[in-house]
Amino acid sequence: MAQLRIAYTRLRVEEKLLFEAATRLGIPVAADDVEDRSWPGIEADPGDVVLCRCIGQTHNIALAQLLESRGIRTINCSSVIALCGDKVTTAAVLSRAGVPQPEYMVAFSPEGAVEAAEKMGYPVVFKPPVGSWGRLLAKVDCRETAEAVAEHKSHLGPSHSVYFLQKYVEKGGYDVRVTLVNGEPVTAIRRKSEHWITNTARGGVPEGLSVTDEMASILRRTYEAVGGDILAVDLFLGPDGWLVNEINGQPEFRSSITTTGVDLPGLILKHAQSCLEAQR
Amino acid sequence: MAAQVSCVVCEGKVVVPDSVLVGEILTCPDCGSDLEVTSLDPLKVEEAPEIQEDWGE
Repeated sequence: MAQLRIAYTRLRVEEKLLFEAATRLGIPVAADDVEDRSWPGIEADPGDVVLCRCIGQTHNIALAQLLESRGIRTINCSSVIALCGDKVTTAAVLSRAGVPQPEYMVAFSPEGAVEAAEKMGYPVVFKPPVGSWGRLLAKVDCRETAEAVAEHKSHLGPSHSVYFLQKYVEKGGYDVRVTLVNGEPVTAIRRKSEHWITNTARGGVPEGLSVTDEMASILRRTYEAVGGDILAVDLFLGPDGWLVNEINGQPEFRSSITTTGVDLPGLILKHAQSCLEAQR
Repeated sequence: MAAQVSCVVCEGKVVVPDSVLVGEILTCPDCGSDLEVTSLDPLKVEEAPEIQEDWGE
Protein backbone atom coordinates (compact mmCIF):
# COMPACT_ATOMS: atom_id res chain seq x y z
CA MET A 1 0.00 0.00 0.00
CA ALA A 2 1.27 3.44 -0.97
CA GLN A 3 2.58 5.44 1.95
CA LEU A 4 4.24 8.61 3.06
CA ARG A 5 7.96 8.36 3.80
CA ILE A 6 10.58 10.71 5.20
CA ALA A 7 14.12 10.06 3.98
CA TYR A 8 17.00 11.63 5.86
CA THR A 9 20.70 11.33 6.61
CA ARG A 10 20.87 13.26 9.85
CA LEU A 11 18.00 13.77 12.22
CA ARG A 12 17.78 17.52 12.71
CA VAL A 13 15.16 19.27 14.82
CA GLU A 14 13.02 19.61 11.69
CA GLU A 15 12.88 15.89 10.99
CA LYS A 16 12.02 15.15 14.62
CA LEU A 17 9.25 17.74 14.46
CA LEU A 18 7.89 16.11 11.31
CA PHE A 19 7.82 12.69 12.99
CA GLU A 20 6.18 14.17 16.11
CA ALA A 21 3.55 15.88 13.96
CA ALA A 22 2.85 12.62 12.13
CA THR A 23 2.21 10.88 15.44
CA ARG A 24 0.06 13.75 16.70
CA LEU A 25 -2.02 13.90 13.53
CA GLY A 26 -2.29 10.15 13.11
CA ILE A 27 -0.60 10.24 9.69
CA PRO A 28 1.36 7.02 9.07
CA VAL A 29 4.93 7.83 8.04
CA ALA A 30 7.87 5.52 7.35
CA ALA A 31 11.27 6.76 8.53
CA ASP A 32 14.13 6.01 6.14
CA ASP A 33 17.64 6.75 7.38
CA VAL A 34 19.41 6.45 4.02
CA GLU A 35 22.90 7.49 5.10
CA ASP A 36 24.43 4.03 4.88
CA ARG A 37 22.01 2.61 2.33
CA SER A 38 22.41 2.23 -1.41
CA TRP A 39 20.19 2.48 -4.45
CA PRO A 40 18.19 0.49 -5.57
CA GLY A 41 17.92 -0.98 -2.08
CA ILE A 42 16.05 2.00 -0.64
CA GLU A 43 12.44 0.99 -0.05
CA ALA A 44 9.89 3.13 -1.83
CA ASP A 45 7.36 2.16 -4.44
CA PRO A 46 5.42 3.98 -7.13
CA GLY A 47 2.49 5.64 -5.43
CA ASP A 48 4.54 6.54 -2.35
CA VAL A 49 5.30 10.14 -1.49
CA VAL A 50 8.77 10.81 -0.09
CA LEU A 51 9.79 13.91 1.81
CA CYS A 52 13.47 14.26 0.86
CA ARG A 53 15.24 15.61 3.94
CA CYS A 54 18.92 14.72 3.50
CA ILE A 55 21.06 17.37 5.16
CA GLY A 56 23.45 17.49 2.19
CA GLN A 57 22.04 19.08 -0.91
CA THR A 58 24.02 16.82 -3.26
CA HIS A 59 22.62 13.78 -1.50
CA ASN A 60 19.11 15.18 -1.52
CA ILE A 61 19.14 15.89 -5.26
CA ALA A 62 20.56 12.44 -6.05
CA LEU A 63 18.01 10.71 -3.84
CA ALA A 64 15.10 12.65 -5.30
CA GLN A 65 16.25 11.95 -8.86
CA LEU A 66 16.52 8.23 -8.17
CA LEU A 67 13.13 8.07 -6.49
CA GLU A 68 11.59 9.96 -9.40
CA SER A 69 13.13 7.42 -11.79
CA ARG A 70 10.93 4.84 -10.05
CA GLY A 71 7.86 7.02 -10.55
CA ILE A 72 7.76 8.21 -6.96
CA ARG A 73 6.42 11.63 -5.99
CA THR A 74 9.12 13.58 -4.15
CA ILE A 75 8.83 16.64 -1.91
CA ASN A 76 10.49 18.75 -3.09
CA CYS A 77 11.18 17.35 -6.54
CA SER A 78 14.83 17.16 -7.57
CA SER A 79 14.61 20.04 -10.05
CA VAL A 80 13.30 22.43 -7.39
CA ILE A 81 15.96 21.39 -4.88
CA ALA A 82 18.65 21.87 -7.55
CA LEU A 83 17.25 25.19 -8.72
CA CYS A 84 17.07 26.63 -5.22
CA GLY A 85 20.39 25.13 -4.17
CA ASP A 86 22.37 26.99 -6.79
CA LYS A 87 22.33 30.77 -6.50
CA VAL A 88 23.28 31.27 -10.14
CA THR A 89 20.36 29.10 -11.28
CA THR A 90 18.01 30.83 -8.87
CA ALA A 91 19.08 34.26 -10.09
CA ALA A 92 18.67 33.20 -13.71
CA VAL A 93 15.17 31.81 -13.13
CA LEU A 94 14.10 34.90 -11.21
CA SER A 95 15.52 37.14 -13.95
CA ARG A 96 13.64 35.24 -16.61
CA ALA A 97 10.42 35.64 -14.63
CA GLY A 98 11.07 39.31 -13.92
CA VAL A 99 11.01 38.81 -10.15
CA PRO A 100 12.86 41.64 -8.35
CA GLN A 101 16.16 40.57 -6.78
CA PRO A 102 19.39 42.29 -5.74
CA GLU A 103 21.56 43.32 -8.67
CA TYR A 104 23.99 40.50 -9.47
CA MET A 105 26.85 39.61 -11.77
CA VAL A 106 28.47 36.26 -12.54
CA ALA A 107 32.13 35.88 -13.53
CA PHE A 108 34.22 32.94 -14.66
CA SER A 109 37.71 33.87 -13.53
CA PRO A 110 39.26 35.74 -10.59
CA GLU A 111 40.11 38.64 -12.91
CA GLY A 112 36.55 38.68 -14.24
CA ALA A 113 35.21 38.69 -10.70
CA VAL A 114 37.30 41.72 -9.75
CA GLU A 115 36.21 43.60 -12.84
CA ALA A 116 32.59 42.70 -12.10
CA ALA A 117 32.95 44.08 -8.57
CA GLU A 118 34.46 47.28 -9.96
CA LYS A 119 31.60 47.69 -12.43
CA MET A 120 28.93 46.95 -9.85
CA GLY A 121 30.37 49.33 -7.26
CA TYR A 122 31.21 48.53 -3.67
CA PRO A 123 30.15 47.06 -1.36
CA VAL A 124 29.43 43.78 -3.08
CA VAL A 125 28.88 40.32 -1.62
CA PHE A 126 30.72 37.29 -2.99
CA LYS A 127 28.55 34.21 -2.50
CA PRO A 128 29.43 30.62 -3.31
CA PRO A 129 26.84 29.36 -5.81
CA VAL A 130 26.18 26.38 -3.51
CA GLY A 131 26.18 26.84 0.23
CA SER A 132 23.97 27.70 3.15
CA TRP A 133 23.94 28.83 6.76
CA GLY A 134 25.79 31.96 5.65
CA ARG A 135 29.03 30.08 5.03
CA LEU A 136 31.80 31.58 2.93
CA LEU A 137 30.01 34.84 2.24
CA ALA A 138 32.31 37.81 1.83
CA LYS A 139 31.25 41.45 1.94
CA VAL A 140 33.81 43.31 -0.12
CA ASP A 141 34.36 47.06 0.14
CA CYS A 142 37.30 47.73 -2.17
CA ARG A 143 39.32 46.42 -5.11
CA GLU A 144 42.13 45.09 -2.94
CA THR A 145 39.75 42.91 -0.96
CA ALA A 146 37.99 41.78 -4.14
CA GLU A 147 41.34 40.66 -5.53
CA ALA A 148 42.15 38.72 -2.34
CA VAL A 149 38.74 37.03 -2.09
CA ALA A 150 38.74 36.12 -5.79
CA GLU A 151 42.22 34.64 -5.54
CA HIS A 152 41.31 32.61 -2.47
CA LYS A 153 38.18 31.31 -4.20
CA SER A 154 40.24 30.22 -7.19
CA HIS A 155 41.91 27.67 -4.90
CA LEU A 156 38.70 26.24 -3.43
CA GLY A 157 37.89 23.85 -6.26
CA PRO A 158 35.57 23.71 -9.25
CA SER A 159 32.40 24.58 -7.36
CA HIS A 160 33.91 27.99 -6.57
CA SER A 161 35.10 28.67 -10.12
CA VAL A 162 31.86 30.46 -10.93
CA TYR A 163 31.89 33.79 -9.10
CA PHE A 164 28.47 35.00 -7.98
CA LEU A 165 28.46 38.63 -6.88
CA GLN A 166 25.49 40.47 -5.44
CA LYS A 167 25.20 44.18 -4.87
CA TYR A 168 25.12 44.71 -1.11
CA VAL A 169 21.65 45.78 0.01
CA GLU A 170 21.27 48.09 3.00
CA LYS A 171 18.38 46.17 4.51
CA GLY A 172 17.96 47.94 7.80
CA GLY A 173 19.43 45.20 9.97
CA TYR A 174 16.94 42.49 9.06
CA ASP A 175 15.67 40.22 6.35
CA VAL A 176 12.40 38.34 6.11
CA ARG A 177 11.92 34.59 5.78
CA VAL A 178 8.58 33.40 4.45
CA THR A 179 7.78 29.71 4.23
CA LEU A 180 5.39 28.60 1.51
CA VAL A 181 3.53 25.31 1.59
CA ASN A 182 1.97 24.46 -1.76
CA GLY A 183 2.47 28.08 -2.79
CA GLU A 184 0.71 29.59 0.23
CA PRO A 185 2.66 31.76 2.67
CA VAL A 186 2.12 30.07 6.04
CA THR A 187 4.79 31.67 8.21
CA ALA A 188 6.74 34.90 8.02
CA ILE A 189 9.53 35.98 10.34
CA ARG A 190 11.87 38.92 10.52
CA ARG A 191 15.49 37.99 11.29
CA LYS A 192 17.33 40.81 12.99
CA SER A 193 21.04 41.08 13.49
CA GLU A 194 23.68 43.71 14.02
CA HIS A 195 25.82 41.62 11.68
CA TRP A 196 25.14 41.96 7.97
CA ILE A 197 24.57 38.18 7.81
CA THR A 198 21.12 37.65 9.31
CA ASN A 199 20.74 33.85 9.07
CA THR A 200 19.41 32.42 12.31
CA ALA A 201 22.12 29.76 11.95
CA ARG A 202 24.52 32.68 12.40
CA GLY A 203 22.79 34.35 15.31
CA GLY A 204 20.01 36.33 13.64
CA VAL A 205 17.13 36.83 16.09
CA PRO A 206 13.73 35.84 14.67
CA GLU A 207 10.37 37.45 15.34
CA GLY A 208 6.99 36.89 13.69
CA LEU A 209 5.38 39.34 11.28
CA SER A 210 2.46 39.54 8.87
CA VAL A 211 2.70 39.16 5.11
CA THR A 212 1.79 42.44 3.41
CA ASP A 213 0.08 42.63 0.02
CA GLU A 214 3.35 43.70 -1.60
CA MET A 215 5.17 40.74 -0.06
CA ALA A 216 2.37 38.39 -1.12
CA SER A 217 2.68 39.65 -4.69
CA ILE A 218 6.41 38.96 -4.99
CA LEU A 219 5.97 35.59 -3.24
CA ARG A 220 3.27 34.60 -5.71
CA ARG A 221 5.49 35.51 -8.64
CA THR A 222 8.37 33.60 -7.07
CA TYR A 223 6.25 30.50 -6.62
CA GLU A 224 5.02 30.73 -10.21
CA ALA A 225 8.64 30.86 -11.40
CA VAL A 226 10.01 28.10 -9.18
CA GLY A 227 7.18 25.77 -8.19
CA GLY A 228 7.81 23.38 -5.33
CA ASP A 229 5.82 22.01 -2.42
CA ILE A 230 7.82 23.67 0.34
CA LEU A 231 9.88 26.80 -0.18
CA ALA A 232 11.51 29.24 2.20
CA VAL A 233 11.92 32.61 0.50
CA ASP A 234 14.32 35.17 1.95
CA LEU A 235 13.37 38.78 1.22
CA PHE A 236 15.16 42.11 1.58
CA LEU A 237 13.35 45.42 1.69
CA GLY A 238 15.37 47.59 -0.66
CA PRO A 239 14.88 51.30 -1.43
CA ASP A 240 12.41 50.43 -4.21
CA GLY A 241 10.55 47.55 -2.57
CA TRP A 242 10.94 43.88 -1.76
CA LEU A 243 13.67 41.79 -3.36
CA VAL A 244 14.06 38.02 -3.36
CA ASN A 245 17.51 37.32 -1.96
CA GLU A 246 17.48 33.53 -1.88
CA ILE A 247 15.08 30.60 -2.06
CA ASN A 248 15.55 27.46 -0.01
CA GLY A 249 14.27 24.23 -1.48
CA GLN A 250 15.02 21.98 1.51
CA PRO A 251 14.20 24.44 4.24
CA GLU A 252 14.89 24.33 7.93
CA PHE A 253 11.98 25.81 9.80
CA ARG A 254 12.47 25.57 13.55
CA SER A 255 12.77 29.36 13.94
CA SER A 256 9.54 29.90 12.02
CA ILE A 257 7.58 27.78 14.49
CA THR A 258 8.74 29.21 17.79
CA THR A 259 8.10 32.79 16.65
CA THR A 260 4.74 32.33 14.91
CA GLY A 261 3.11 29.42 16.76
CA VAL A 262 2.13 27.96 13.38
CA ASP A 263 2.16 24.15 13.19
CA LEU A 264 4.45 24.18 10.18
CA PRO A 265 5.42 20.49 10.37
CA GLY A 266 1.73 19.63 10.59
CA LEU A 267 0.95 21.73 7.51
CA ILE A 268 3.80 20.10 5.59
CA LEU A 269 2.59 16.63 6.52
CA LYS A 270 -1.02 17.41 5.65
CA HIS A 271 0.13 18.66 2.26
CA ALA A 272 2.21 15.52 1.74
CA GLN A 273 -0.77 13.43 2.76
CA SER A 274 -2.95 15.22 0.20
CA CYS A 275 -0.31 14.48 -2.46
CA LEU A 276 -0.47 10.83 -1.45
CA GLU A 277 -4.27 10.73 -1.66
CA ALA A 278 -4.20 12.50 -5.04
CA GLN A 279 -2.20 9.62 -6.44
CA ARG A 280 -4.62 6.93 -5.33
CA MET B 1 16.30 6.02 34.35
CA ALA B 2 17.56 7.49 31.09
CA ALA B 3 20.13 5.43 29.20
CA GLN B 4 23.75 6.52 28.94
CA VAL B 5 26.52 5.91 26.46
CA SER B 6 30.22 6.58 26.67
CA CYS B 7 31.56 9.40 24.54
CA VAL B 8 33.78 7.87 21.83
CA VAL B 9 36.16 10.83 22.14
CA CYS B 10 36.62 11.31 25.91
CA GLU B 11 34.68 8.40 27.47
CA GLY B 12 32.48 10.87 29.35
CA LYS B 13 28.93 9.84 30.19
CA VAL B 14 26.31 11.06 27.73
CA VAL B 15 22.64 10.86 28.73
CA VAL B 16 20.41 9.57 25.94
CA PRO B 17 16.80 10.79 25.90
CA ASP B 18 14.07 8.12 25.78
CA SER B 19 12.80 9.58 22.50
CA VAL B 20 16.15 9.30 20.72
CA LEU B 21 16.17 8.15 17.09
CA VAL B 22 18.89 6.89 14.77
CA GLY B 23 20.62 9.79 13.06
CA GLU B 24 20.14 12.16 15.99
CA ILE B 25 23.08 14.18 17.29
CA LEU B 26 24.00 14.23 20.97
CA THR B 27 26.60 16.51 22.49
CA CYS B 28 29.02 15.22 25.09
CA PRO B 29 28.78 17.44 28.18
CA ASP B 30 32.42 16.79 29.06
CA CYS B 31 34.30 17.45 25.82
CA GLY B 32 31.63 19.04 23.61
CA SER B 33 31.98 16.50 20.81
CA ASP B 34 28.99 15.91 18.57
CA LEU B 35 27.98 12.25 18.57
CA GLU B 36 25.67 10.63 16.04
CA VAL B 37 23.35 7.87 17.22
CA THR B 38 23.96 4.99 14.80
CA SER B 39 22.02 2.20 16.51
CA LEU B 40 19.32 1.93 19.18
CA ASP B 41 19.62 -1.76 20.02
CA PRO B 42 22.35 -1.98 21.01
CA LEU B 43 22.73 1.75 21.68
CA LYS B 44 25.74 3.01 19.74
CA VAL B 45 27.18 6.41 18.91
CA GLU B 46 29.96 7.52 16.60
CA GLU B 47 31.74 10.82 16.23
CA ALA B 48 29.48 12.92 13.99
CA PRO B 49 30.92 13.86 10.60
CA GLU B 50 32.22 17.37 10.04
CA ILE B 51 29.87 19.83 8.36
CA GLN B 52 30.12 19.49 4.58
CA GLU B 53 30.14 22.33 2.11
CA ASP B 54 26.66 21.58 0.75
CA TRP B 55 24.93 20.96 4.07
CA GLY B 56 21.93 22.94 5.06
CA GLU B 57 18.82 24.39 3.58
